[in-house]
Amino acid sequence: MTRDYLRRLGIAGLTGFSNLGRATVLWARAMWGLPRWADVGLLTRQMYQVGVQSIMIIVLSAFAIGAVLSLQFYTQLANFGAQDSVGVGLALVLLRELGPVVTGLLFAGRAGSAITAEIGLMKTTEQLSSMAMMGVDPLHRVLAPRLWAGMISLPLLTLIFNAIAIFGGVVVGVHWLGADEGSFWSGMQNAVDIWNDFGKGMIKALVFGVLVSWIAVFQGYDAEPTAAGISAATTRTVVLSSIAILATDFVLTLGMYGNFGS
Amino acid sequence: MDQDSLIEISGLRFSRGDRVIFDGIDMAIPRGQISAIMGPSGTGKTTLLRIIGGEVKPDAGEVLVGGYDVCRLSRGELFELRKDIGMLFQSSALFTDMSVFENVAFPLREHTELEESAIRDLVLMKLNAVGLRGARDLMPSELSGGMARRVALARAIALDPALIMYDEPFTGQDPIAMGVLLSLIRRMSQALEITSLLVSHDIHETVSIADNIFLLADGKLIAHGDPQSLREHPAQDVQQFMHGEPDGPVPFHYPSDDYMFDVLGNSV
Repeated sequence: MTRDYLRRLGIAGLTGFSNLGRATVLWARAMWGLPRWADVGLLTRQMYQVGVQSIMIIVLSAFAIGAVLSLQFYTQLANFGAQDSVGVGLALVLLRELGPVVTGLLFAGRAGSAITAEIGLMKTTEQLSSMAMMGVDPLHRVLAPRLWAGMISLPLLTLIFNAIAIFGGVVVGVHWLGADEGSFWSGMQNAVDIWNDFGKGMIKALVFGVLVSWIAVFQGYDAEPTAAGISAATTRTVVLSSIAILATDFVLTLGMYGNFGS
Repeated sequence: MDQDSLIEISGLRFSRGDRVIFDGIDMAIPRGQISAIMGPSGTGKTTLLRIIGGEVKPDAGEVLVGGYDVCRLSRGELFELRKDIGMLFQSSALFTDMSVFENVAFPLREHTELEESAIRDLVLMKLNAVGLRGARDLMPSELSGGMARRVALARAIALDPALIMYDEPFTGQDPIAMGVLLSLIRRMSQALEITSLLVSHDIHETVSIADNIFLLADGKLIAHGDPQSLREHPAQDVQQFMHGEPDGPVPFHYPSDDYMFDVLGNSV
């Protein structure tokens, strides 16, 4: 019983490391040589698919999250008569954490799953094989534009998310609940550091962009070429991306804003 | 390497799990001729095409294509070699996000520096050859299986490769399209000296155009030669396959328990 359990644990560990190794080789091969001018059209099309088409869900979610945050901050801060500081809390929590993390999670659900399903279906219908047999490397033609598009799009979507969320916060905090508008903006301006808050948040977004597009592309390329295989791969993309984003966010926060214990 | 052979395979071994697909196969595909690989279902005919194209690596053996061992080429060298190989997939494998025209233009755009007008002319010529010039603006989802296969054939011959591999090219074709396809494959072989290697179960059609037939069974090459010599081959398994007989040394059924026992169980 114990031996069987250990054996299965060992197999799972080895499979995990083997997949990580294959995914790393795949990423390195796909990224090699790009971007070239000839691939700008492919990159643009993918940025439209994964970036522009994700804007609606980002905008709606950002407005709702900004509004809810503002509501919560206002309610709590009002206990201390500090409701005019809503803008400070809102900006810091969005720029440092929620902006990149929530955008990454939404991006994994909307664009990551689509990338996996598309590449998985191309594999199932032998489109990747036929491309390779024509002497065109699918790693460069299919995978690389999606990897680059994910890396570029996620920071841009995070910018949009932050802006809309702050707008949602203003609508609720200032225009509805009645926090002072001057204090709202000036507090935010004084508290936010362009590098420490905004810059580091953008670095997080870039890292999440690399992670999500890498996981999505590998899961699609590695999917079992059946309907059930594509379904399982799509699910794995969303689950693994979400875990990767949350775990990496913790590590990055620890590294960027360290000295929590001292 | 024999100057008259475009493909030379020696000592090829390949397994999937415990199942041996090829158990030491040697064969030479003559240059500029039409060769057919035939055999019962599941003998690895498609796998052999994929090994020749370098998509699948064998466990052992040497596969020379135009003098290059595809098993030992680097990824870049393999992709370079493939520019001179066309392959028609069993599933057609058209790019579903591109129109018929763009599918056929794809290899030309990727591998040549031709002007758009020249690409247009070439694509229309290739589509005309398969009778689908009028379907250039359709999407793959709007094509029947037979039409999709003809578009895939037009795409496979777009660059006039030295070798074209066809995986079941006749499946799903109506009698008219079948006649045109047979004549097209024959003309390309004779006029352009393209080497054609086809996998097919359609004995009548294959025998009518093939210069050589290689018959595979049980992981081995059991016979090869011109169609006439195979028809008159003394071996029983060759005769059974060439004449489509249900009874003979090659079983129709996948290995299984006794039929009566399987159905009635212990009540027998």
